[in-house]
Amino acid sequence: MGILLAVQGAVSQGVLWGIMALGVYMTYRVLNIADLTVDGSFALGGSICAAMMTLGMNPWLSLLVAIAAGALSGAVTGFLHTKCEIPAILAGILTQIGLYSVNLRIMGRSNTPLLKLDTMFKQLMAATGLSSAWVSLITGAVFCAVLIGALYWFFGTEIGSAIRATGNNENMVRSLGMNTNVTKMLGLMLGNALIALSGALVSQSQGYADVKMGTGAIVIGLASIIIGEVLFGRKLAFGTKLFSIVVGSVIYRIIVAVVLQLGLNTDDLKLLTAILVAVALSIPVMLEKRRQTASYKASLNGNHKEEQEGGHAGN
Amino acid sequence: MLEISHVSKTFNKGTVNEKKALDDLNLKLKEEDFVTVIGGNGAGKSTMLNMVAGVYPIDAGTIRIDSTDVSLMPEYKRARLLGRVFQDPMMGTAADMEIQENLAMAYRRGKNRGLSWGITKKEKETYHEALKRLGLGLEDRMSSKVGLLSGGQRQALTLLMATLQRPKLLLLDEHTAALDPRTAKKVLELTREIVEEQKLTALMVTHNMKDAIQIGNRLIMMHEGRIIYDVSGEEKQKLQVSDLLEKFEEASGEEFSNDRMLLS
Ligand SMILES: Nc1ncnc2c1ncn2[C@@H]1O[C@H](COP(=O)(O)OP(=O)(O)OP(=O)(O)O)[C@@H](O)[C@H]1O
Ligand SMILES: [Mg+2]
Repeated sequence: MGILLAVQGAVSQGVLWGIMALGVYMTYRVLNIADLTVDGSFALGGSICAAMMTLGMNPWLSLLVAIAAGALSGAVTGFLHTKCEIPAILAGILTQIGLYSVNLRIMGRSNTPLLKLDTMFKQLMAATGLSSAWVSLITGAVFCAVLIGALYWFFGTEIGSAIRATGNNENMVRSLGMNTNVTKMLGLMLGNALIALSGALVSQSQGYADVKMGTGAIVIGLASIIIGEVLFGRKLAFGTKLFSIVVGSVIYRIIVAVVLQLGLNTDDLKLLTAILVAVALSIPVMLEKRRQTASYKASLNGNHKEEQEGGHAGN
Repeated sequence: MLEISHVSKTFNKGTVNEKKALDDLNLKLKEEDFVTVIGGNGAGKSTMLNMVAGVYPIDAGTIRIDSTDVSLMPEYKRARLLGRVFQDPMMGTAADMEIQENLAMAYRRGKNRGLSWGITKKEKETYHEALKRLGLGLEDRMSSKVGLLSGGQRQALTLLMATLQRPKLLLLDEHTAALDPRTAKKVLELTREIVEEQKLTALMVTHNMKDAIQIGNRLIMMHEGRIIYDVSGEEKQKLQVSDLLEKFEEASGEEFSNDRMLLS
């Protein structure tokens, strides 16, 4: 029974964190930029949402504030990267580090409990009479569905197409009259807005915000994307791809829940995640190398045979 | 139409790699001029085209297109006036996007992008017709990813994209150099047709002297960032490859040592 409950909790967490993974996908795959703002913008979402709620703001409105703050943090990275021409990875790290202090300032301390406050999940539990795990799960699923629909629409529009093309071939986008600084900026803002929204939802669901809640989020996001790709393949229609990422996030959480049940120490979790991502990223490379060597060897054997046969024919 | 006056460009100024790529360059194009550009490696041909397109800022001088001074205009803004095809077939298209999506983006060159649908049904019919004329069967693969196409197909598509919205000026930088001879011929033929049909003004860099002589109404030869020979009209029609080699040696005082040119 314990494991079932743990898995249900894992699934609902997976869906809420899945929104963060969607945000990581916007930059990592769509824009083809490794944006490390993530850890900071996730905690930013949680912190600002908790701070707003503590000030008495409605929990739903607090989500909107978190989204706006996330977009702003993406804009800072975008500014550093496009206008100041700082390499994207470094620009993201700078924003992320800066956000640590900003988040502490926003909350005024390192941890803000929401236990006494009326979170959106508590409101929904009261309204529906469902258990907390079910409410998180259903709310997360609805958010994911709406967001996937919205993203699918957005990337079909003129601006969305230009953002996708920027990740493919910047040079072409400029030669077709789009400012790639703008498309990159929009992509970074969109990605970090999603990430902050996820942070806000997670903080409301777990009942507190912590300045360290985003540590390692980027790796979890990557793990979700990669698990999705391993399961569903990389050549998917855009909508299916987004869906596969959320599924990847859920599966990641289930793996975590299972290994914790098996007795793994929570302290070792980050190491496990890092190893998981490193392995998942290197497997395709190894396989490709092996395939290449194997096909070379096969061709050597093939030539060898042909030569021999040729020799016979000559004689 | 196009007016390049006293334009200079030095790369890596103040370092050991300092390289003067354009040296007080002057060139004036009339409406509907189709100019072929030849010259040895490093003569500054690509740099000239890149300066017109705004890929890098110029150090001195002015560039006007249709009497608009574009010297300081960023690349993406100049794109409204220009159609471009590059030497590398990978450069002109987005590989992970569909053929029709690439065309739709090209169709919106110089227009404001908003939140309306990236490609409409009516457009698709236009693209179908446009692709048909390439004669490569791409009209039946409009939703295939461009990454699946061969270099020649991609180059033909890029050419189509560059001229989907009539550009004021078409810039072609050795756009057939990476293609096999048969495909190169086909793409070149297509270029000729489109330029004629749309009455375009064009600058075409090539290493093939025969093409340079046969195509267009004017030919310029570049050397060390300057134009050293400029010929048009009947005089150009009568040119022989040997004349060009001679001109080059005369103007530069060097042997012409470019295998690619001699072979053609
Ligand atoms: N981005 C750049 N950075 C530094 N140097 C450059 C750059 N672009 C061109 N150059 C230099 O400027 C000079 C002119 O180059 P350019 O590419 O214009 O020659 P080209 O006439 O197109 O030659 P090719 O026939 O080889 O294409 C060369 O010496 C080249 O090394
Ligand atoms: Mg060149």
